[in-house]
This record gives sequence, structure tokens and C-alpha cells, in this order.
Amino acid sequence: MLFNLSLIALIMPLIAGILAGFFGKTLGKIFTNGVTILGVLISFIISIFILISILENPELVFNQDVYTWLSIGSYKLSIGLLVDNLTVSMMIVVNFVSLMVHIYTIGYMHKDPGYHRFFCYISLFTFAMLSLVMSNNFLQLFFGWEAVGVMSYLLIGFWYTKESAIKANFKAFIINRIGDMFLILGIALLFSIFGTLDYEYIFNNAESITSNTVVLSSSFEISSLTLACLLLFGGAMGKSAQMPLHVWLPDSMEGPTPISALIHAATMVTAGVFMLARMSPLFELSTSALSFVLIIGSITAISTGLLGLVQYDIKRVIAYSTLSQLGYMVVAAGVSAYSASLFHLMTHAFFKALLFLAAGSVIVALHHEQDIRKMGGLRSKLPITYITSLIGSLALIGFPGFSGFFSKDALIEAVSHSSVYASDFAYYCVLIGVLITSLYTFRLFFLVFHGPLKDENINVKEPQLSILIPLILLAIPSMFIGWPTIGPLVFDDFFANSIIQPSSNDIFGYQFTDSYHFLTHSLSGPVVYIAIFGILVSYLLYVIKKDIPEKLSQTFNPFYKVLINKYYFDHLYENIFARLFNNLSNSLWNNGDIKIIDNFIVNGTAHRVGRFSSRVRELQSGYIYHYALMMVLGLALFLAWVVFKSLGLVI
Amino acid sequence: MLTLQSYLSLAAIIFAIGIIGIVINRKNIIIVMMCTELLLISVNFNFIAFSYFNQDIAGQIFVFFILTVAAAEAAIGLAILVALYRNKKSIDVQELRTLRN
Repeated sequence: MLFNLSLIALIMPLIAGILAGFFGKTLGKIFTNGVTILGVLISFIISIFILISILENPELVFNQDVYTWLSIGSYKLSIGLLVDNLTVSMMIVVNFVSLMVHIYTIGYMHKDPGYHRFFCYISLFTFAMLSLVMSNNFLQLFFGWEAVGVMSYLLIGFWYTKESAIKANFKAFIINRIGDMFLILGIALLFSIFGTLDYEYIFNNAESITSNTVVLSSSFEISSLTLACLLLFGGAMGKSAQMPLHVWLPDSMEGPTPISALIHAATMVTAGVFMLARMSPLFELSTSALSFVLIIGSITAISTGLLGLVQYDIKRVIAYSTLSQLGYMVVAAGVSAYSASLFHLMTHAFFKALLFLAAGSVIVALHHEQDIRKMGGLRSKLPITYITSLIGSLALIGFPGFSGFFSKDALIEAVSHSSVYASDFAYYCVLIGVLITSLYTFRLFFLVFHGPLKDENINVKEPQLSILIPLILLAIPSMFIGWPTIGPLVFDDFFANSIIQPSSNDIFGYQFTDSYHFLTHSLSGPVVYIAIFGILVSYLLYVIKKDIPEKLSQTFNPFYKVLINKYYFDHLYENIFARLFNNLSNSLWNNGDIKIIDNFIVNGTAHRVGRFSSRVRELQSGYIYHYALMMVLGLALFLAWVVFKSLGLVI
Repeated sequence: MLTLQSYLSLAAIIFAIGIIGIVINRKNIIIVMMCTELLLISVNFNFIAFSYFNQDIAGQIFVFFILTVAAAEAAIGLAILVALYRNKKSIDVQELRTLRN
């Protein structure tokens, strides 16, 4: 029963996407958005139904193959569904945000000529993301992983006549390839050890290979489990945009805003975090891999947040904030607090999608203006967007009571109690990160909504209803979802059947019982006060004394320059790696392709045959008597041969 | 008494003359045709000589056929030659080399 329902939930968006893609243009806009919204809605309702059934009867969790895709010798690769608590919570998040984005898109894209194409892509994306989270083996995970990458590529470059969009989607694609290369190497390593790609078998037998090693060179060998974890995390670094593979995410803001909300904030970029949680039985066996995860996550969390402070593009600020929050989730996975990481993933999906869609609402209202220096004072003109953004911003910085507060504080609490190598470093990173988060969030908020109204924005109006409804619907969970869910999700064992992690008492050093208890505990810690201090500072900097930021950037000019240039990562990649590869490929092209293959093998053969034939051609003189002579000589030769043979002189 | 050997020698000489005529002739295509006739003649000579010495009439009947075919062939050859001359205004072997290269 649940198996069939999950199959329907999986393929509904696929069918809707195909219908919208092939018939959307002829059957019109109402058909296009109707069929895709219906597909995602069915999928969403089924997810809720599965959650309720599983909560009532935990026995209903299943792991079942749908069909065998390929079998070679004793190896069998199948397509299957694994639906447990982790899967269901991801399904609900994905479907809910996707549904909101579908509704939002009706208003956001209504004048765009690529309307049906857009709906087709986002529905297919939803399918890809669902197949990623519902898979029961690495092969299907990889399929979903690549499919979301492709849809992300297509959607970043949705406005394909814009050169910057084309460059951005190219960049995203290439950098994701680097991550995917690690991922597939990790999968291949696991396959070579276990001979199967099935999650269940690998996780159950992971402990038996803890002493296996892989010899990388004669003097250096590494535990194969650690290597596999590091390689898998390499894949997660690409998809979840961790340092130093983060450069594609800010550029992906070239795509339409609904995409930034759906793919580059709520779902696809969290695939890496989801994978870390899914692979917890492997990661738990390798402390060095966990430390690596922790270090990468904390560097990402703090450094990308700083970049958000100097950006002037409304979407880029939020993009850097996403990077920083992804760093937080990875940090939580690094200290084995997977449930806290997933909890933050969930609340982040809601409030970050909300912030993006609110930014989109501002952008639509201002006729596609994204520079925050040209905004200001929009509070009175866009009241609904204002309130929902306020909710999103408060949730993002972790203001007490909002969803982000519970997830972020639980996460920081877990880091502070961890004893993994580098956890002290991570703790300070995430604490400073809290201050930075509230600084850039409210910098953006004050610059857009407060201050004097610009003259050109006098006639700004709230955009249409289909844009505002998702904002309101997302604002509700952003505000309230933390309170009821933190208890079961993080402190209880909701994820016990899908994630292996220490008990919550070990993670938090304290047995929390309910959210009220947690709230009072957090108010005695520094995090909340740091966040509120951040709001006050940004109020001072961006509303009261507006000349201070300018002066600060001049005083700390070298530092400011580093931030404006995004730590020179783009320069590094462009001038060193890209150029190196360019030169390498050019020389391979010139020497390998043109010289050896073209000139020597292909054309060379033809030339040699030609030269040989032009020599042989000289025999064809055209004189009859030459031909006659040849005939006679040939005849004489044959006769001589026959004669000599009969005499026994030749063989 | 003439022996078979002398007939065969004569035929061989005629055949050689025919071949040499074709090969070293640099001028006239009519000479080529005449040399072809010489080749046929030498073969006929062999047939007749063997037919006489082996007391077998079949060889001489063969010769009749060959002569007939040779006459027809000569007629066709000459006709081609006339047509060729009309087109090219020449029957020089040196110039008829369009099959070259």
C-alpha cells in the first residue's frame, strides 16, 4: 500500500513535467500550471499521508526494490525505494517548498515566453530530488544527484540569451562535475569493497571493513572507510557548495528567483547534507572523516557569511547566507548531530525559501531591480512582503521562538558539547557566524525596507496574489514549526530507524525533554544575545548612522578588498586552474588531435596512398605498344613459369 | 623433306615479327592491325602443320573459322580506324593516348 503510494508520489511530478513540457505550449498556461501543481500537490498529500501512517505504525517503513535495472554476473543493480522517517521528512520539505514555488511562479513568470518550459523544469526537478531522497541504493542516489544537477543547470541558464546566465550555469555545471567525480569515486570504492550498491547491505556490513586499507602509494595508506567517506563528502561539497567548491552558488542567482528559492536554497543544495545523514553509518565509523567535515563546514559557515556583508545584489546577499547556513548544517553533521543538522535543513528550507520569494516579490514590484542601494523605505509600499521578510529574517538569525532559533541553537549546543577533533574551532566559528548572520540579514532588511523612500519607487505596489500567498504560507512554518517539532525530531528518536548517531544525551550533554525546556536553557547561553546584538549593530550602521559602513570600508580597505573580491577564489580558479586546463587542452588538441590523429593517422594514410598511386600511375602511359609489351612480357613470364615448373626447376 | 620443326620455326618467326611490330611500332596504327593479322597467321600456320603431320582434319577446320573471324575483325578494326581518323585527323599511335595516367 505505502509502496505503491510512494511510487505514485515519485512519478507524479515526472508525468506532470513531461505533459507540461510537450503540450504546455499548445494547451496554454492554465493547463501547464494546473497539471504541474496538481502533480506536486498529489505528491505532497501522499507524503503527508505516509508520515501519518509511519507515525502511527513504525512497522510500515519499507525498503523494497522496484525492478532490477542491470545484472552482470553476480552483481545486481536495482531501482528501489527506501521510505523511512528521514526520507519522509525530506519528501515533505521538498514537496512543500516545490508546491509553494509552483504557485509563486504563476505570478512571477506570467509574462515570460518560457512559461511552460519553466514549469516543465521545476516539475522534473522535483522528480529528480524525490528520486534522490527515496533511493535505496547508491546508483539511484547518483542518478538523482546528476538529474538535479542537470535541472539546476537548465534553470540557472533559463534566460539563455543573457550572457551572464550562460556563464553562471556553465560554472555551476563544471564545479558540480568536480564534486560528482569525488562522489562517483567514493561509490566505486564502496562497490569494489562490497560488490553491491545497496544501502542496507553496505551499512550493515560497514563495521567489518574498518580495518581495510587502501594503499595510495608505497609509503602512504589510508583506511578504506575513511577514504570512502572523504570521497562521498567531496560530492557533498560540490552539491552543497562548501568551501572551496562554493563559487557556483552566488553566480547561480542569475536564474529566476523561484529557482533560487527552490533549488539553491531549500532543496538541491541540501542534498549533500541529506547524504551525510543518510551515510551516517559510514561516517560514524571514521572520526577523521568527521573532523574533516567539521573543519570544512565551519570554514564555510564563517567565511561565506562575511562575504554577504559587502554584496549589494539582494539575491546574492541571501545566496551567501545560504552558503553560511549550509556550513552550519555540515558542522552539525561533523559533530554527529545529524538530527540537528536535518532539523536545521528543514527550518532553513522554509525560512530561506521565504526570504528568496520575498526578495523576488521586491524584485517584481521594482520591475526587476536587484540593487539594494536603489531600494529603501519599501516598508509602507509592500506591507505583506515586509512582514514576511521580517519573519524570515528573524528565523534566519535565530530570534527566540522562531523556527531558526530552535534549529540553530540546538546545532550550536551540539557543537559546544562535542569532543571531535577541531570542535573548539568549529564552536567559535559558529558563534561568530551568528553575529555575522544577524549583521548581514538585517543590513539587507534595513536597506530594503527602512530609510527614506526613493522617488522612483513612489508608485510601487504589492505584486499579485499568487506571489503573496506562498509568502504567507511559508511564513507560518518559518515562525512556528520549530516549537512543536524540535522535541520529537532532535531530542527524541524520530530518526532512529534511518540515522545512526549518539543519543541526544551524549550529543547535547543534557537531556532536554521539550521545547520550553530548551528555550529556557538557551536564554542562559550567549547565542541569542549575540544575535540580538547583531540586530542592534546593524540598526545603528544602516539606519541611524549611515556613513559608518563607508568609513569602515575605507579604514579596513585591504580587508574590504579581499571581501569584495570574494577571497580571490574566482581569480584563482580562472587564472590558474582554468588557464592550466585551457593550455593543457589546447596542447592536447594541437599535438594529439591535429598532429597525430588528423595529420598522421587519418589524412596521413590518404596522403601515403595518394603518393604511392601517383608513382604507380606513371605505368599508365597511354601508348598501346606499352600495354602490348606488358601483356607479352606477362604472358612470357607465365609461360616461362609453366615451362620451368614442368621441368622441375621451380617449385 | 620438310619437318614439323621447320614449320613451327617459321610460325614462331612470324609470331615474333608480329609482336615486335606491335611493340616497337611508334607511328602507324594500321601497322598494329597488320601485325595482329601476322599473329593470327602464325597461329594458323601451327594449326595446319600439326593437322598435316597428325593426320587430323580438325585443325584445318579451325583455321577456316579463324580466318573468317580475322576478316570480320579486320573489317571492324578498319571501320573504327576510319571513324577515328574522321574525329582526330590522325592515326598516329603517339597521339592516341587519352587513357594516360
